[in-house]
Amino acid sequence: MRIRIDPDRCQGHARCFAISPELFEVDEYGYSSLRVEGDVPPQLEEKARLAVANCPEFAIEELA
Amino acid sequence: MDWATDFDVLDPRYVGDPFPIWDELRRSCPVAHSSRRGSNWLPTRYEDVTAIAHDVAHFSSMEVAVIPFEGEEPEEPVLPYGLPPISSDPPLHTWTRRLLLPWFSHKKVATYEPLTRQLCRRLVAGLAPAGRADAAADYAQQIPVRVIAHILGVPAELSDTFTGWVRDVLEFADEPERRFAGMQALIRYFLSELERRKGEPGEDLLSVLLQTEVGGEPLDHALVLGTAALVLIAGVDTTWSAIGSSLWHLATHEGDRKRLLAEQELWPLAIEELLRAYSPVTMARIVQGDVTFAGCPMKAGDRVLMNFPAANRDPAVFEEADKVLLDREHNRHIAFGSGIHRCAGSNLARMELRVALEEWLAAVPDFSLEEGAEVTWAGGQVRGPRSLPVVFG
Ligand code: HEM
Ligand code: SF4
Repeated sequence: MRIRIDPDRCQGHARCFAISPELFEVDEYGYSSLRVEGDVPPQLEEKARLAVANCPEFAIEELA
Repeated sequence: MDWATDFDVLDPRYVGDPFPIWDELRRSCPVAHSSRRGSNWLPTRYEDVTAIAHDVAHFSSMEVAVIPFEGEEPEEPVLPYGLPPISSDPPLHTWTRRLLLPWFSHKKVATYEPLTRQLCRRLVAGLAPAGRADAAADYAQQIPVRVIAHILGVPAELSDTFTGWVRDVLEFADEPERRFAGMQALIRYFLSELERRKGEPGEDLLSVLLQTEVGGEPLDHALVLGTAALVLIAGVDTTWSAIGSSLWHLATHEGDRKRLLAEQELWPLAIEELLRAYSPVTMARIVQGDVTFAGCPMKAGDRVLMNFPAANRDPAVFEEADKVLLDREHNRHIAFGSGIHRCAGSNLARMELRVALEEWLAAVPDFSLEEGAEVTWAGGQVRGPRSLPVVFG
C-alpha cells in the first residue's frame, strides 16, 4: 500500500498526525508530510486507511 | 414557520434543537433562503458547504458575522484590515494567517497543556464540595478565556470582563447597541495594551506581533489590533461551547460517560465525535457577483451562512448521522471549517476540550441534569449551553 498527500489540498487539520504520528508529521504551520518513503509498513496500513478516511480536505489518497 | 423560505437562526426552536430542522431542509430544500436581516442563504448539505468554502472567488470572507452588524461605518474605521485572517480574502489572508499559525502548532499547544490542566483541576475541585454546579457557567466558561489570556499576555483576573465583551459581540446580535459597545470596549482595551508594550515588550503574542516585520516594515498597528481582537473573539465562546455541549451530552448519556471512564483508547475518537455532533460554529460569506449555486439565484451582496454544524449531520457523509457514536472511525467532520480558513486554533481547541473533560470526569465521574432546573442555549454564530445545572453522584 502507498499513500500520497496533496500539498495543495492539505489545510493543516492534523487529523492524520493524530491518527498516526508514525506515518505523518506536521510543520509549525500545520501542513502535513509523509514520514515513510515507498510502501506503508504492513502494521500501519490500517492507520493509513483511517487517515485517508478522516482527512476533511480529501488531501490523502491511496495510490492504486 | 417555513424554514425553507423564512428561516431565523435566532428562533428559540432553532437554537434549542436545530437537528430536525436541518434534516427536513436537507430533504426538501437543501439551500434555504430568508429575507430577514437582508438576503440570506442556508446550506445544510456537506457537499454544498465544502464547495462554497473552497470557492473564495465567489464567496468572500469580508463579513463573517452570521447576523450583519447594524449601524454606519465610521469614515475612518478603527479596524481598516478587519479581523485578519478570518475576515480577509487572499492575498491579505495568506500572510496574516501565517503570522498566527505557529502560535497554535501542535508543539506550541503542548506547552499550554500543563496550565490548562492545572486550571481545570482547580476549578472542578472548587465545585466538588457543593455537590452541584452550573457546568457551563462555573466550569466550561472559565477555561478557554484564561488560556487565551495567557497567550495574549493579558491578566487572567480580567477573564470575566473579556468573556462579557466576547458574549456581547457574538451572542447578542439582536441588541445592536450592546454588540457595538462590546466591540468598542474590546478594541479600546487592546489599544491601551499595545501602547504599553511599545515601551516594554514581553514574549506574548501581542508583543511579538508588534515587533514582527513583513517585507522590512513593521506590521501596521491596526492589523495587530485586529488579529489580537480576533484571537480573543474566536478562542473563547467557541471552545467553551464545545466543552459545555460535551458535558451536556455526558450528563444525559450515562452509557457514554461510563465508556469514557473505562476505555482510555476511545478518547481520540470520542473528542472528534463530540466536535462533529455538537459543532458550535457557523460563519458567513458574502456573495461576489451574481452566481447560481445548487439551482439558487444568489445575488452580489447576499449572505451565505456556512452551516458547518448541519454539514456534520449530513447522512450522505456520516452513517447514523444523528447518533453520537463515540467510537465512530470514519469522521471527516468540518467543525473547524474547510479550506483556507481552517480554524487556526484547532489544535488548541482540541487540547482544551480533552483536558477539560478528563479533569471533570476524574473528579466527577457521575453526574446528571438537575431535576426541574432549566438548561439554556445560545445560538446563531456559536451554539452551546449557557446554563447547565448538574448534580453530582
Ligand atoms: C471548539 C472550538 C472551536 C471551533 C469549533 C472553531 C471553529 C472555527 C471555524 C469553523 C473557523 C472557520 C471560519 C471560516 O471558515 O470563516 C475558525 C476559524 C478560526 N479560528 Fe476557530 N474554532 C474554535 C476554537 C478556536 C480557538 C481556541 C482559537 C484560538 C485562537 C481559534 C481561532 C481561530 C482563528 C484565528 C480563525 C481564522 C482562521 C482563518 O481565517 O484563516 N478558534 N474556527
Ligand atoms: S488531515 Fe488532511 S488536511 Fe489535515 S493535516 Fe492531514 S493531510 Fe492535511
